[in-house]
Amino acid sequence: MTSAQDVAQQIERRDIRNRWLLSAPALVIIFLAAIGPLLVMVAYSFMVKGDYGDVRFGEFSLDGWFSVLFWRDIFDDTIGLADAHLSILWRSIRLSFITTALTLAFGFPTAYFIATRPPSTREVWVFLITIPFWTNLLIRTFAMQEVVRNEGILNSLMIWSGIVDQPVQIMYTDAAILFGMVYVYLPLMVLPLYASMEKLDFRLVEAGYDLYATRARVLWRIIIPLVRPGVIAGSILVFIPSLGAYVIPRVLGGGKNMMLGNLIELQFGAGRNWPLGAAMSITVMLIVMLALLVYVRNATRSGVQHG
Amino acid sequence: MRGTALPQAQPAEEWGVCVSESAGRNAIDVRGVRKVFGSGDGQVTALDTVSVSIRENEFFTLLGPSGCGKTTLLRLIAGFEFPTDGQIMLHGEDIALLPPFRRPVNTVFQSYALFPHMTVAENIAFGLEMLGKSRSEIDGRTADMLKLVQMEELAKRKTSEISGGQQQRVALARALAPQPKVLLLDEPLSALDYKLRKEMQLELKQLQHETGITFIFVTHDQEEALTMSDRIAVMSTGKILQVGSPHDIYEHPAERFVAGFIGETNFLDAEVVATSAGSATVKLPSGKQIPAGLPEGFQPGSRVSLAVRPERAQIVAADADATLAGVIDNLVYLGTDTHFHLRLDGGEAFIVRQQNSSGSGINFATGDRVGVILGDDAAQILKD
Ligand SMILES: Nc1ncnc2c1ncn2[C@@H]1O[C@H](COP(=O)(O)OP(=O)(O)OP(=O)(O)O)[C@@H](O)[C@H]1O
Ligand SMILES: [Mg+2]
Repeated sequence: MTSAQDVAQQIERRDIRNRWLLSAPALVIIFLAAIGPLLVMVAYSFMVKGDYGDVRFGEFSLDGWFSVLFWRDIFDDTIGLADAHLSILWRSIRLSFITTALTLAFGFPTAYFIATRPPSTREVWVFLITIPFWTNLLIRTFAMQEVVRNEGILNSLMIWSGIVDQPVQIMYTDAAILFGMVYVYLPLMVLPLYASMEKLDFRLVEAGYDLYATRARVLWRIIIPLVRPGVIAGSILVFIPSLGAYVIPRVLGGGKNMMLGNLIELQFGAGRNWPLGAAMSITVMLIVMLALLVYVRNATRSGVQHG
Repeated sequence: MRGTALPQAQPAEEWGVCVSESAGRNAIDVRGVRKVFGSGDGQVTALDTVSVSIRENEFFTLLGPSGCGKTTLLRLIAGFEFPTDGQIMLHGEDIALLPPFRRPVNTVFQSYALFPHMTVAENIAFGLEMLGKSRSEIDGRTADMLKLVQMEELAKRKTSEISGGQQQRVALARALAPQPKVLLLDEPLSALDYKLRKEMQLELKQLQHETGITFIFVTHDQEEALTMSDRIAVMSTGKILQVGSPHDIYEHPAERFVAGFIGETNFLDAEVVATSAGSATVKLPSGKQIPAGLPEGFQPGSRVSLAVRPERAQIVAADADATLAGVIDNLVYLGTDTHFHLRLDGGEAFIVRQQNSSGSGINFATGDRVGVILGDDAAQILKD
């Protein structure tokens, strides 16, 4: 009793099994590299901190989670809000948001420029965009220090051209961090934007002009809705690493202008409070997931459904 | 697609361009326009000093083979390209340097170029919105347009969810909605199947008639050009060779290219013997003298090519009085017509098309020796 339907079902089942087999290595890596450590983090966040770092295994405690937002006076046990943590959280979100906006503002024209070049030269431009990735992030960040510090290139130029007569303090400010993050994350915005603009049918742009849309309106009503997937992807790719940035705020922001990455590092290092560090990490992750959910929901609601 | 509310060509004051309406003026004047793409070695002259006038309310067709510059001319009129040289006038106003969104000219694109992120109705309303019309006017006009192209039921569909013919209608409605002075259509029917194309040809023609909007229509299908147009411009390699009514173009092609491109044509060598206004007497190599249509600039004694349409010749039994003589090489029966492929005594190929209902009663067969007689206005002298 092997009807055509049965055969079709068998083939389908085999297809599904083969697909699982093919994705098995990826699944194993994802599990070992992402989900495994995550479970460890969750476990650590509920344990008692060890005196010299680490945790005391098997001893349950909510102190880690408590300390994310609150703070207990060691002398009289009064409870207060952990202002420092909140202000660092707020700064991180603010700077990441501004970074995303700036990379979008700079990246959009760049991607548009590349996408409107003749196909043969586009590859060259994309190649040029990826050149910064060849150098280690740490080295690039230190190089940026050379640009923004008081005796650095930027200040020397400004003094030489007479715009200012005193060096402007850029180093160790939020401006320096922003400068660094925009520079480092710009390619992550340009590449996905370019990928969707390359697929854009420029005849639609002409149709827009033909129907009395000015350049600005063609941009808003036609180009942006059609490259929305690229805008979403680019924003996610920039926002997430910005929120967890560590090297850039460390080198360019100094000890005072911490971001979440530095705060978490502190708990695992000098702070010797691993449960708190773990709880903070998970908090950041939840914030990111929530933000993504809201963003993607809003961004795709009126957008094109790509099937 | 006969709706009640048809868009009428509207008074000029509604547009940014100040033009005065007066009967019989040209909608579009193209004056000495050249268009060169690229530079240096890769330079392509897409249009080589083209001049043409398109009258108001006219169905004007640009006809020519692939790559002859039809799309380029249309894009210059629409404003997507700017001429290297020359002027483009809309109702006497030079618009060559206006951006497309300032020209009261709309385009139906070959690929339709419908906005995939908008519904059918949103596509049609787009131009009106950009012109800053009131919501009620936009809605009213969009509804009229949907009715006009019979797309009311599909108004809320995404443009990717409708058929090719329906997309074509939406593209047409979208371009007509803002009531342009001139509508440009770049091979709008080429993506449709034969039956739908025939239908749309009639509908387009009627729509043009009823709206009174000047249509500039591009095609490389000569049959389409002949059936739809008021006038046709035949183009080749960046030049306009001849402009005229379908009848003119077909019956009196001025150049060999035009005669060859439109319909089937026989070419004969001849020598001009005598000329008078519009016609001439020519001598064939056989020594026979016949009348022929004459474009300007030929003197007696000049050697010329003649064009003879296959249906203007008649096949007769071999006879010393016949204009031409030859042997039937091949005979193609086509139902209503029979095509006789002859080898003339001079060695040239010659085709005669004879209607089967004409009841000549003579049955010819392959290999027969026959004569050919030509009507008085069958032969046309060609410029080239
Ligand atoms: N943007 C461009 N850059 C370079 N050359 C071009 C460009 N556009 C058109 N051409 C050239 O100009 C000539 C005319 O092109 P055009 O598109 O006007 O032809 P067409 O008559 O519309 O042909 P078809 O019937 O195939 O659409 C062609 O040789 C073409 O290669
Ligand atoms: Mg074309």
